[in-house]
Amino acid sequence: MFAFAVRRITQAIIVMLVIGLLGFSIKQKIGDPVRDIVGVSVSVAERDALREKLGLNDPFLTQYVRFIKNAVHGDLGMSFFFKRPTLEVILSKAPATLELVFASSLIIILLSIPLGIYTAINPRNLPSRIIMGGSIVGVSIPVFLTAIILIYIFAVELHWLPSYGRGETVNIWGWESGFLTLDGLRHLLLPSIALSSIMLPLFIRLIRSEMMETLETEYVKFAWAKGLSRWRIWFLHAFKNTLLPVITVGGVQLGILIAYTILTETVFQWQGMGFMFLEAVERSDTSLLVAYIIVVGALFVVVNTIVDIIYGLVNPTVRITGRK
Amino acid sequence: MKQWERFKNSYFLHSFKHDWVAIVCFVVLLILILLSILAPVIAPHNPYDTASTDIMNAEMPPSWMEDGNPDFVLGTDIQGRDLLSTMLYGLRLSVMIGCGAVALQAIIGIFIGMISGYMGGKVDAFLMRIADVQLSFSTLMVAIMISAIFQVAFGVGRYEQLAVPLLVLIIGLAEWPQYARTVRASVLGERNKEYVEAARVIGLSPARIRWRHILPNTMSPVLVISTIQVANAVMSEAALSFLGLGMPITKPSLGSLINSGFEYIFSGSWWITLFPGILLVVFVLVINLLGDWLRDVLNPKLYKG
Amino acid sequence: MGHLLEVKDLEVKFALRMGDLTAINGVSFTLDRGERLGLVGESGAGKSVTGFAIINLISKPGYISGGTVIFDGRDLTGLTGEGMRHIRGNLISMIFQDPMMTLNPVLTIGTQMVETLQAHMNISRKAAEKIALEKLRMVQIPSPEKRLQQYPHEFSGGMRQRIVVAIALLADPALIIADEPTTALDVTIQAEIMELLLELCESEGTGLILITHDLAVVSQVTQKIAVMYAGKVVEAGLTEDIIDNPLHPYTQGLIKALPDGRNPGTRLNQIPGVMPSLIDIPPGCSFHPRCTIRGDICRYESPVLREIPGYRNMAACHMLGLKKEPTEKDRAE
Repeated sequence: MFAFAVRRITQAIIVMLVIGLLGFSIKQKIGDPVRDIVGVSVSVAERDALREKLGLNDPFLTQYVRFIKNAVHGDLGMSFFFKRPTLEVILSKAPATLELVFASSLIIILLSIPLGIYTAINPRNLPSRIIMGGSIVGVSIPVFLTAIILIYIFAVELHWLPSYGRGETVNIWGWESGFLTLDGLRHLLLPSIALSSIMLPLFIRLIRSEMMETLETEYVKFAWAKGLSRWRIWFLHAFKNTLLPVITVGGVQLGILIAYTILTETVFQWQGMGFMFLEAVERSDTSLLVAYIIVVGALFVVVNTIVDIIYGLVNPTVRITGRK
Repeated sequence: MKQWERFKNSYFLHSFKHDWVAIVCFVVLLILILLSILAPVIAPHNPYDTASTDIMNAEMPPSWMEDGNPDFVLGTDIQGRDLLSTMLYGLRLSVMIGCGAVALQAIIGIFIGMISGYMGGKVDAFLMRIADVQLSFSTLMVAIMISAIFQVAFGVGRYEQLAVPLLVLIIGLAEWPQYARTVRASVLGERNKEYVEAARVIGLSPARIRWRHILPNTMSPVLVISTIQVANAVMSEAALSFLGLGMPITKPSLGSLINSGFEYIFSGSWWITLFPGILLVVFVLVINLLGDWLRDVLNPKLYKG
Repeated sequence: MGHLLEVKDLEVKFALRMGDLTAINGVSFTLDRGERLGLVGESGAGKSVTGFAIINLISKPGYISGGTVIFDGRDLTGLTGEGMRHIRGNLISMIFQDPMMTLNPVLTIGTQMVETLQAHMNISRKAAEKIALEKLRMVQIPSPEKRLQQYPHEFSGGMRQRIVVAIALLADPALIIADEPTTALDVTIQAEIMELLLELCESEGTGLILITHDLAVVSQVTQKIAVMYAGKVVEAGLTEDIIDNPLHPYTQGLIKALPDGRNPGTRLNQIPGVMPSLIDIPPGCSFHPRCTIRGDICRYESPVLREIPGYRNMAACHMLGLKKEPTEKDRAE
């Protein structure tokens, strides 16, 4: 298990170095750190002096190594627009995005597991057909369209829920949380439903197909032959085996939610990282753009690595091979 | 002629004829594709012709509503263009970009998948690791990143001019791993079969074995994912356009139309968003349903009884 | 007291898109307490389906379409849900073919044993573990205390089948149905497991239905044999009668196909042709296309299992017990 974890973490570090290289190349090609610092109204000579001072005339590799060193110390450059360190800007926006992802994951997990199991156990009855039919319609509706429809119905027509922003937030140790106020939760509801709408059908289908496969296995048949209760067979014998593939695929998919936050945040003007990223693109704020790529990249890599390690913990076969 | 006979008696056609969902989807898809090809002929107005549009007509509701104008069946968009015509042209763009992107990713993916599956060893491990990492970042994220970088690099004006080929490139680059993995898996399955062994024994060159013998046998999984990938590409294009990283509003795709309509939804102009939205969803839905059906038919594993 | 198990005219069908497919058609046999019966036949003859039908565990789209399974005076085919659950693993246990697939990979052996006991009796985990240990000792698993904490993949195939046998024995069932329990194992281990099973059935007084294609194994383990062909019992009787004096031409063929220890080096005899698949069972006697003694009646009338005058075996064949007519075979000889 330990060797397995070390191998996965090494891989994660390599991937991060590659992402760093990509981010760095982008900065080299299209960014202008001098402009980021002093703006455009400075003479050419002064700019050149600053270039030299910043080491921008050094060989590519030297600069890359410096870039990585800085990154490890949390320095991802200055944002041209905000005039603040990019990492600081991103971290101030992160709670909004993470809370949104968390709320959506909660909706997805709470709904997909019972629905997936139900449709696997009763593959042919009417409710299952409706759920499965609904799920294929669900994957065919883009997130932003779901979001717009939700806003139109619940905000514009019915006036039940707010249509944009995070509402009232509470600051706990620097984390702006919308979970603790009623207003914050009301603002969270529509965005998190919209965000979960794309992944929920995928999860239901994933759990259903894995569960159906497990229900056909010999060990489940043997469990029936042992006279166990149906609940024990479904939820322990079958579901525990379904869990392994669902965790691997599912963990990655929840990471993918981050990509969809860009769409959801745009529609709901949710002040998170995705919204900030699009603004950075519009303002050609290269440093912030690259910093976002690196931070999100790191987030993906961390999630994937953790998922792999959890998989190793749940799956006894991986555990034993890791021990050797 | 003989092949036609064989097709007529095939299990494929038989199960198609007995599945009304597949038939309906196929017909709808055919109609939508025809509409998109024939858009310049059948659209009542030309949305790209700025001279014929009148900003005074902007935000006109559909013709059956109060204030509707029979000239504009589904109403007009924010620039006073006929919504139906703009949607048809938008669908045309979405289909073009979708198919182009799928063709590109298929070329990249099949090539890498073949090499990976046939070479094995380190080359395989390396290429598949790249594919895995890229997939774990989600294709949408990669597409958004690449398009953001392109937009900053080219500048908004130039990006908008080149939007169609750039979107094909972006979506193609973002989604190739799907193909590579599928092709690799079936190459691995085929590589050790007797006919490949036989071809090797009679001394055919490895390249010939690869492209003439193995590749054709990997085609049915490729066909299955191709349908789904077209739907995915259209969705990606719509998402990028919605974010303002795709087609500009002067040459709107369905995504950019929805985006432009969204700003006016609070003032009650729901149709600019709703109609393109419905068209997009129907198009993607029929492809997804056909893809599902195709997977059921072409996957013998499900028919073990 | 009646029989422990009486299967009568059991019929199982599979509901397929093209219509129902009859997998077993009118199977009957009886078993007394502590008695051992061999269900013999080629694969596809319906042996396994019969075994699963007894505890009503046929996977969809199969279903029992007729007949009765009387166990201890109760008809099992009429039981639903909870009633059937109480029978399975408690009064009737099953042993599956492939021990690599039978045990749940993510649960420890201990859990899989304890849950079986807890499903049938009100018993604490501690007490259940004690019984589990006792059974593991009976199947000769070394250091069973440690083994309870382990997962299936930490055992070899033979060990796993021992554990499956131990699970089958947990609730002291009256009957064990063993479906090809040694086919998936190495030849050297096959004999060990078979011997163990026989020993335990004898010492515990457990009834056994041994489903196998291997007549040699059956002849050493069981007291009675029922030979199945294409979903029907074609011959039934005491083991020694069937081995020494088979009546049905199919059984005769099977026995001739066994390697003969007395004349090593001779060619094995094969029954010509193959068993028909369930989709196209021939009319009349389903064996007639391969039969050497067939008459005209065999082509259109299906024979029933009946007593043959002068013999102790029952057989389903039109041509037996008739006045001896010269057959194709006799002429050839």
